[in-house]
Amino acid sequence: MTADALPELAAVPWRARTDARWLTRYGRLWHAWTVLYTVPFLAAGAVMLALEPLTAPVALACLAHAWIIPELYAFRGASVVRPKGPRNEGSEPAAQGLLGDLLGHRERDLQRRSGLALEPGSLGVWLVGEAGALLVAPGGRRVHCFCVRVPEPELPPSDRISHLLLALRTDETGFATVANHAFAGSPWRVRRRLPAAMRPALDAARAAAGHSST
Amino acid sequence: MSRLIRMDSTGHTTLAEWTAKDDAAFAAAVEEFRGQLGQGYIGTVPEGPGKANHVRELPRGADLVVMRRPIAGG
Repeated sequence: MTADALPELAAVPWRARTDARWLTRYGRLWHAWTVLYTVPFLAAGAVMLALEPLTAPVALACLAHAWIIPELYAFRGASVVRPKGPRNEGSEPAAQGLLGDLLGHRERDLQRRSGLALEPGSLGVWLVGEAGALLVAPGGRRVHCFCVRVPEPELPPSDRISHLLLALRTDETGFATVANHAFAGSPWRVRRRLPAAMRPALDAARAAAGHSST
Repeated sequence: MSRLIRMDSTGHTTLAEWTAKDDAAFAAAVEEFRGQLGQGYIGTVPEGPGKANHVRELPRGADLVVMRRPIAGG
């Protein structure tokens, strides 16, 4: 463990460091897995319709499965950054002030509108929420979703974000290693499942990660 | 003026303040810092945009030292 290693890595000694190569490989595995569980349902529905039109209800159920299962996975991914736990509104202004001090002007403004702190890193561009983080990979074509939190429910929401932000800034790959990887996929799949206020943050992260919309 | 703060249920609490020339105040801050480490807090020094350092001893020259709780996979 290096001098700047995240202390929390000691709690997960069995995990290999989550670096850019690991993320690329894991993203490809998620892609392959999505194809594997989608294509058979699509094929089964098409074959049934071709062989016997009376099987249309069952074929439609197959097509629905091919649509719903990837949606559920994307929903799980987007859920990592949804607001969770007590709001602790009395102490939130003080926590918001500290978090604001840690962020630049643009990031502070974005965080107050969306609830997500944008943080560029070596692995991509992060969006840090109260109990999870999204990582937009370089190029902006893939999003990794991580469940990670500070297990102290009495903390106000902005303090929870500050905890994660400071840990991320201390050791980015260590942060990704401690966090639980929940989902990887195309940004549009995650975006449609995010609360509306958070979508501009994902757009900003994609732009910062080098995605061109043209 | 340097500050040692702890993120807690109040938002944050200032635990100690010191200046580079005030040995007594710094010694009190060091004592407080070690007490927080003993309670499971982690010392972190924000170093500007995108960078923070984990510290095991209180750095005399740091402007701000933040005590935080360990994070974990959700």
